Amino acid sequence: MQLHSLAFDVSHTLAGGLVLISFLMLYQDRLYSLLNVFALHAVVLALSVAWQAFIQDAPHLYVTAAIALVFKAIIIPVALHRIVQRLGIHRDIEAAVGIGPTMLAGMGLVALSMVLMLRVTPEADPLAREDLAFALSVVLLGLLVMVTRRNAVSQVVGFMSLENGLVLAATGAKGMPLVVEISVAFSILIAFIVIGIFLFRIRERFDSVDVSTLDDFRGERR
Amino acid sequence: MTGVSFDPAAAVLWIPAASALLLAALPDYRLTARLNIAASLATFLAALSLFVIDRPPPGAYLLVDDLNIVFIVLNTFVGFTTSIFSAGYIGHELETGRLTPVYLRFYHAMYQTMMLGMNLAFVSNNIGLMWVAVEVATLTTVLMVGIYRTHAALEAAWKYFILGSVGIAFALFGTILVYMAARPVVGEGPDAMVWTVLVGQTAKFDPALLNVAFVFLLLGYGTKVGLAPLHAWLPDAHAEGPTPISAVLSGLLLNVALYALLRFKILLAASPGAIAPGPLMVTMGLISVVFAAFMLYRRRDIKRLFAYSSIEHMGIIVFAFGMGGPLANFAGLLHMVMHSLTKSAIFFAVGHISQIKGTQRIARIRGLTVTHPALGWGLVVGVVAIAGLPPLGIFMSEFLVVSSTFARQPLLALVLVFGILVAFGALILRLTNVAFGEPRGSKAPADASYLPMFAHLALVLIAGIYLPGPLVDWFQHVARLLG
Repeated sequence: MQLHSLAFDVSHTLAGGLVLISFLMLYQDRLYSLLNVFALHAVVLALSVAWQAFIQDAPHLYVTAAIALVFKAIIIPVALHRIVQRLGIHRDIEAAVGIGPTMLAGMGLVALSMVLMLRVTPEADPLAREDLAFALSVVLLGLLVMVTRRNAVSQVVGFMSLENGLVLAATGAKGMPLVVEISVAFSILIAFIVIGIFLFRIRERFDSVDVSTLDDFRGERR
Repeated sequence: MTGVSFDPAAAVLWIPAASALLLAALPDYRLTARLNIAASLATFLAALSLFVIDRPPPGAYLLVDDLNIVFIVLNTFVGFTTSIFSAGYIGHELETGRLTPVYLRFYHAMYQTMMLGMNLAFVSNNIGLMWVAVEVATLTTVLMVGIYRTHAALEAAWKYFILGSVGIAFALFGTILVYMAARPVVGEGPDAMVWTVLVGQTAKFDPALLNVAFVFLLLGYGTKVGLAPLHAWLPDAHAEGPTPISAVLSGLLLNVALYALLRFKILLAASPGAIAPGPLMVTMGLISVVFAAFMLYRRRDIKRLFAYSSIEHMGIIVFAFGMGGPLANFAGLLHMVMHSLTKSAIFFAVGHISQIKGTQRIARIRGLTVTHPALGWGLVVGVVAIAGLPPLGIFMSEFLVVSSTFARQPLLALVLVFGILVAFGALILRLTNVAFGEPRGSKAPADASYLPMFAHLALVLIAGIYLPGPLVDWFQHVARLLG
């Protein structure tokens, strides 16, 4: 019983930590710091997944944790750092919406996901349902990061934090088949390749990764 | 089983998979274009053999039932005809230097990978696997939309990628929620994601969790269906990519997402405590129809015009499935098949037209029936069909949707008819300019294969006049399955 409540508290802390770091991400206005916060996000995710692997006695989840740690906390941030450096866009990023409204919207989204998930899952075990509520918060906050940024790199970071929320949800759902975990990791890999190609091409063509400069080229406004 | 080793459900997967690898390795584009056609034909034949060969029992990963055979056969058929069109199209693109041989290798490999993804989505019995397959199909089309690497193409691909990813993320979250709902009943492990296992026991699932799951799935897969207000990626992706890709996007990829949605709708319908998915789908369908109908008037780009028309028609189909019942489901299925055939035929015509004229702007294309009779009249027939005039197939399916709705919800039917009429006006208005009047632009003869276009149009015409009895029985049977 003692161990069970400890298990509960730790996974709660880690999942809550992810939500907090998502909030940190919302107001980073420099690309480097955004990437650093994202790396932290991935580390906490790895810890959380590893903890789930431990308490669920599901060794295959350690693989997911390792992927989160190596791939998302190290390789991707380092690679994006280099891209940002090469492109010379490391000064600052403009958020489309101010920090105040963004934070308020973030709080609203977290409240929304808490109300929604806790209300519909009264019968599920408390660990899973609260994990799910946190996961939905992380997903929605990731979405908010994507919406409030105009810069391609920060949109990608937002997308990856959104995927982190999905991994959190998938690992919290006890006994979810490995197929899906691999696929989540795999999709991130593919997504990154795609994004890598995109960034490369965008840079190659226009020396800019600000998506808003592309908006002028909508076919209808010629 | 007639053969010991031949499994058509697996064949529609390994043929595209093997040819994708092969096509990536071969340098000569004339050869690869032909191989692409051959592979697509082989896949189509394998799909057809599903009708005659005894089906394997549903496994943990693959499933063949009456519902998905319709989708697989349609998918592989349009995939095959589009590969014929594509062979002619890319030859021209190579001459004008818009594509290089290296990119063509990539293009053909991606084409087959996309077919693999779509077929896998149709035959998968595991909701996790289905999600992976839809994701694969989406990512390959993202790459192909951006293949011209122009400013506009990159923007379109980027937008498609971002919106598609958000959609796919929501769909995964919904899938996880379905698993959460199934776990207490089915037990932990892979079984709780197998569709045939789930559908038998949905009644015991927690309805509240299923409701939330369906909302996420509707938002997620609905983005890929192109339902308003989640459609923003669709016109750009259609307009800026190569036209064969526009044809498969409209004709096939939208159906894949729709199919995923239908599978979950069946799940939800089996649970008495859950919300009825119908009203949600009806609402989104109607919004899409009316919205797209008005947007049609402001289009200046011919591919965008037909992209908005796709949103309108997907709206009609989702509306029909949302209404439910044997007749509306039948109409929805028929409309989906007709729309796939007609819209890809239109894109075949538009592809050649924009190559000849060197532009996609509607204002610069005039008098096609005079300069290019075959293309011009093909386009006329296609647009007349898509606008819903008799005696073509879409008239019949639209008529069925509207009349079955009038019997049950007259007000909804009025809104639907209003949307269809507004869209009709826009399409005919544009058509008269493009097809008739003083010819404008290049009069160079078209170096084109008209076979795919006319084959599709002929099928649509035949379906409008006479539907064979067995086909009607089959569709009615599937319509009953859909509830």
